[in-house]
Amino acid sequence: MSAQGDSRLSSFVFLLFCASSIPRPGMAGLRHEPSPQHYFSGLEAGRASLAFFTPHVSPAAQPFLEQIESSAEALQDYGISVVKVNCPKEDVSRYCGKENALRKAYLFRGNILIREFPTDALFDVNSIVANVLFALLFNEVKYVETLTDLQNIENVLKGKSNMVFAYVPATGTAEHRAVMEAAFVYGTIHQFVLTTEAALLKATGSDDPDGSSAWLLFCHCQRATDPAQPCRRTALAQPLTLLNIHRHLKLMGAPLVIEVAEDPEKVSTVHLQLGLPLVFILTQRETYEADRRTAEFVAWQLLGKAGVALLSRDLVDLNVLHRSNIALKTPDEGMPIQYLVLEDTDEVVTLVEDKSKVKQIQEDEEKEEEEEDEDEKENNNQDIQDDQVVEAVSRDKKRELPLEQVLVLTEETFHSSLSEADRTVVLFYASWEAVSLAVLRSYSEVADHLKGTPGVLLSRVNCWDWPGICTQENVTQFPTIKIYGKGEKSVTYDGMWGTEELTSFIILSRVSCPLKLATMDEAEGYLRGEFPPELSSHHHTSLLGVFSTATSEAREAFEEAGNILSGHVMMGMYFEDDGLALSRKYSVSPPALLLARSGGQSVEGIALPKQSVQDVVQMIRYELMDIFPEITVQNLPQYLQLTKPFLILFSDGDISQMESKEMLKLAKRRPPQAFVACWLNL
Amino acid sequence: ALCVVSGTAFVYHDYCVIGAGPAGLQAAYFLQQAGRDYVVFERSHAPGSFFALYPRHRKLISINKQYTGKSNSEFNLRHDWNSLLSHDRRLLFRHYSRDFFPHADTMVRYLEDFASLLELRVQYNTAIIHVTLERNEQAWNGHYFVLTDQDRKNYKCSSLLVATGTWVPNVVNFPGSEYVEGYETVSINPEDFAGQTVLILGRGNSAFETAENILGVTNFIHMVSRSRVRLSWATHYVGDLRAINNGLLDTYQLKSLDGLLEGDLEDLAIVKDKKGKLHITLRFYLENRNMSAGIDSITLPQDELDNFATRAPYDRVIRCLGWKFDFSIYNRSLRMMPGKENIKKYPQIKPSYESRGTRGLFVLGTASHSVDFRKSAGGFIHGFRYTTRAVHRLLENRHHGVPWPSTVYPITQLTNSIIKRVNEASGLYQMFSVLADIILLRENATAFEYLEEYPVGVLEELEMQTGRKAPNGLFVIIMEYGRNFSGADKDVFYYNRAVGEAQHAWQSNFLHPVIYYYKRLPTEREMKLRPPEWPLPRPDAIHHIVEDFLTDWTAPNAHILPLRRFLENCLNTDLRSFFAESCFLFAFTRQKLPPFCQQGYVRMQGLLGSEGLRRHAVQAGLLQDFALTDFSGDRPPDSHGRSRDQLLRDQVIPVRPLQHLVNAKDE
Repeated sequence: MSAQGDSRLSSFVFLLFCASSIPRPGMAGLRHEPSPQHYFSGLEAGRASLAFFTPHVSPAAQPFLEQIESSAEALQDYGISVVKVNCPKEDVSRYCGKENALRKAYLFRGNILIREFPTDALFDVNSIVANVLFALLFNEVKYVETLTDLQNIENVLKGKSNMVFAYVPATGTAEHRAVMEAAFVYGTIHQFVLTTEAALLKATGSDDPDGSSAWLLFCHCQRATDPAQPCRRTALAQPLTLLNIHRHLKLMGAPLVIEVAEDPEKVSTVHLQLGLPLVFILTQRETYEADRRTAEFVAWQLLGKAGVALLSRDLVDLNVLHRSNIALKTPDEGMPIQYLVLEDTDEVVTLVEDKSKVKQIQEDEEKEEEEEDEDEKENNNQDIQDDQVVEAVSRDKKRELPLEQVLVLTEETFHSSLSEADRTVVLFYASWEAVSLAVLRSYSEVADHLKGTPGVLLSRVNCWDWPGICTQENVTQFPTIKIYGKGEKSVTYDGMWGTEELTSFIILSRVSCPLKLATMDEAEGYLRGEFPPELSSHHHTSLLGVFSTATSEAREAFEEAGNILSGHVMMGMYFEDDGLALSRKYSVSPPALLLARSGGQSVEGIALPKQSVQDVVQMIRYELMDIFPEITVQNLPQYLQLTKPFLILFSDGDISQMESKEMLKLAKRRPPQAFVACWLNL
Repeated sequence: ALCVVSGTAFVYHDYCVIGAGPAGLQAAYFLQQAGRDYVVFERSHAPGSFFALYPRHRKLISINKQYTGKSNSEFNLRHDWNSLLSHDRRLLFRHYSRDFFPHADTMVRYLEDFASLLELRVQYNTAIIHVTLERNEQAWNGHYFVLTDQDRKNYKCSSLLVATGTWVPNVVNFPGSEYVEGYETVSINPEDFAGQTVLILGRGNSAFETAENILGVTNFIHMVSRSRVRLSWATHYVGDLRAINNGLLDTYQLKSLDGLLEGDLEDLAIVKDKKGKLHITLRFYLENRNMSAGIDSITLPQDELDNFATRAPYDRVIRCLGWKFDFSIYNRSLRMMPGKENIKKYPQIKPSYESRGTRGLFVLGTASHSVDFRKSAGGFIHGFRYTTRAVHRLLENRHHGVPWPSTVYPITQLTNSIIKRVNEASGLYQMFSVLADIILLRENATAFEYLEEYPVGVLEELEMQTGRKAPNGLFVIIMEYGRNFSGADKDVFYYNRAVGEAQHAWQSNFLHPVIYYYKRLPTEREMKLRPPEWPLPRPDAIHHIVEDFLTDWTAPNAHILPLRRFLENCLNTDLRSFFAESCFLFAFTRQKLPPFCQQGYVRMQGLLGSEGLRRHAVQAGLLQDFALTDFSGDRPPDSHGRSRDQLLRDQVIPVRPLQHLVNAKDE
């Protein structure tokens, strides 16, 4: 094995497999060297070795060590030894002395340093093998970044040799390793080209939109005659593994069309050996030229999927229909050759592709079966419902919904009903649509909560029965909830589809937003949550905008923000002459915002600078959020909208007071915009 | 607008419509709604003059269904074959007649109301007798249309909509054809036929309608025509013989003297004997005889073949051969050419209903039936009311920069919007394989644009014709019958004619929705090279929604689930809906959220769901139960969760390729 670095040029990969299975005494795994001097003196010219230097105890590099130890055997197949060199304490040489040198691995050929790798680039066996081979094969494997580079290489190769182009999403992956291992073997026969640029992937005709999977093309440049035309390409259809690449290159190397003059049952080609079918095109002397052309055409289409052979009827006595023009030999042992009559070349291609597709699926299934029986069952049953909402609704369909409180509207009654109550809530839905029906269930609960609330009418329109109203009311999504107030523009509900959220929205939107407060008493009552009386029983946070008569601009922005936030927040405004008294009491200067959290026990005052409507909305939303909230299903989206990193305290059950205090401190200390501190109950 | 240019006075309008029949009025309605400058010319004093005379026996064979069990007005139009489209709910035909097959006078009254209630601008008593072109660089189409009426008054228009129907009776000329009475004038009083033997030429609805009327009083009726009888319930074409008219088939097959014969009418000859009886012979015999000799010298077929079928003499011969388009009023420069072979009664038009000879001339209504002759309903009110709307939309885009109406939806509504349309849309249903809904995908498939009822024959011109862009692929939603199901000689009642399982959907025989997916708009070449009888070229993927006995495609497992999987495979995305809880979990465990969570939950519109529903989902193994199991840490959820992830990744199932359709016969 020691001479392999030189002899690899002629070796084949299956030889490698054999070689790697032969036990080699004294070579298994990692080699230890007591000191750098010892190591450097033992280096042989032309031989590659990967060395890392370590002081006697170095617990931090432990995971790296494990990986490198397990890669030692794999690298040995390529004649690369992996050496752990101990650094004696007193050693301050180049490789042992510096702290950061110890975080690296070094690749030598002979005693020439080829590359140094930071250990975090060598995170597992794949990455180690891939990176080491990549460095060693620097000349054999060209790395390209642009399409022009690729085309240049292609042009140079035309008429000379073939090219293997591989795209891997990142270096150090299993695919990268497979490509490098293949290059180690085939690098002298074919030109290998590698890229990690997704743009090149698209340019070479892959239809993978996000470039997440690796892809390998065999470019037939040796046969390319026309310098203006790109080389023909055959993509590897299977995942990039060493075995698949090897198989692909073998197939590409096989002759395009072979001529057969013996009993087809006895014929065996590389395709059949590799488990692919062989297509015979039956020919006779009169049509030989045309058949040869057809065969070549078909062969190009089937390259990598099946072999193509010309079978001469003149030379072989076939006991088949005279009309038959195609024969198909499958690799399965004992399967007789099928003779067929096909109309055109497409049918030949379809014949083979369908067969291989079926086989592929079977293989996949077998694989999955091995992996996990449960998975296999679910994947095969395409007719099993996997939509949780649809399934839940259909399991619930036999239960009759308590919808007595919800008025059914029709095209005839829609407009007249809207004028009956002060506020009409309309659910637009489609009776066949699962999400609608799920919301309808919550809606019936809302109706139950709001039973007896004066001035609110809950109703529904089935758009499957009355498409006219739904179009007219501009309902483009199912479900949609709109709230119609007498003589006002309708409000479309844009909150969570939950019973509580919807109930609260309906209750809050009974009061105009912002609510104009006329007297100091009203304003005080409002902050205590006692005014307006409709909302006194509803637990909520109140916002009060205080304006002086001069600040009309800020007031307008505030009113506009109120329209947007209507239903989500309770907003009031006070701009009477005695507003100053109010602002003095809470020590703010108008325009300002007073924030009374649940029941007015504490009132915060916040200055309201001159801002655009959007800014005011943003600010109000922000102020309503907790400093150190518990993240729940309901409130996560609000915090997500801040588009800030999260600092999450995971807790099993409620958090303790101390934890809460500490976290609060942390949350307050940092500039508030930096991150969202929160906790999550597991 | 009255203008005088170089001595000739003319009235100018942007749009001229010839004919105030159903198609002309329908076009006028859309032009009026869009506020366009138009006029309709009608030679009669009232609209719908064809219906004032035809059908002669006054029974319309277009159905007028009062009840469908549904209140969906769009759906109900599927079973209302007489109403025109309008916003006015008074103008529904069921308010005019309670008969399933209404009286023709009702249609006349309906059309009068349609014109007057909607205040359409119709100029009556104006017969356009000549149409010519006047070249002009400034004109919309490089020329104006100059129309001349019976009083030599001229009208000039930028765009001409021809809705004159087919009203010129088809006549066959053969020796003795002067003894033939036409359907237009033949008596409709059965008593006039008492004890007579009648030969009817033709085998369409008018022939059978005539026979039906006199069946009970004649000695016997023979019918002769070139082709075999085509029964509409076998061909699924409403223009073929309808069951309501086929009483004679009954009496023929029950050996009651009446009969049907096949033969070429051109070879026929009729000779009248001294008693006034009409004998059938062949033109061939007449050509060989001595012209000066009398009736007795004419060879009759029975002289040589003494059991010749029509050897009995007839008292009357009636011609019921249908109508053709009036080509006579168009100047040669308009190149209004008849179609080839069986569509020669119609002018040649493109699938966009524009004349092949003249830009800016559109043919509407019955005369436009060459596009879907013997296939769909484009020659009938319940079909051309939609194609007329399509033409109007094309014109709005071409001349007024108003793009084809469309709605943009988030991708989460993709399955819904398709299900909604295939269940209620009447235009797709009536004009199956001709009009199609188009879904244009937006970049990254996060949203899509929905265009309704586009003429699919000009799919390649979509961007130019609609003013909408299709750079990211499209779906075409169309309705089709099974390919080999319908036909004049097909047994359409065989056992197991309907399939029920979603996996056999592609073998559906009855009308069912089909969704084609193209990664890019098909080119003109692909459209041209598509196999005959295919509405569209080979798509990148295709999906059939299995036929349904109730035409109700809302079953969650049989209809919606396979459709959703197809869409997911095409777009490589997850279109399932999720409860907020699942989205919450995904937000922490995935880099990319499914669109339902992305466009709903993350925008604070998550589906919290009632407790009962969540319990059902947990029982189904599709939702993690957080209330009971107490799983800790960032460990991935248990096997259910994993298998769901698996599903998410392995959404790609092999889509049944189109070639299976083609190879079906081999299997």
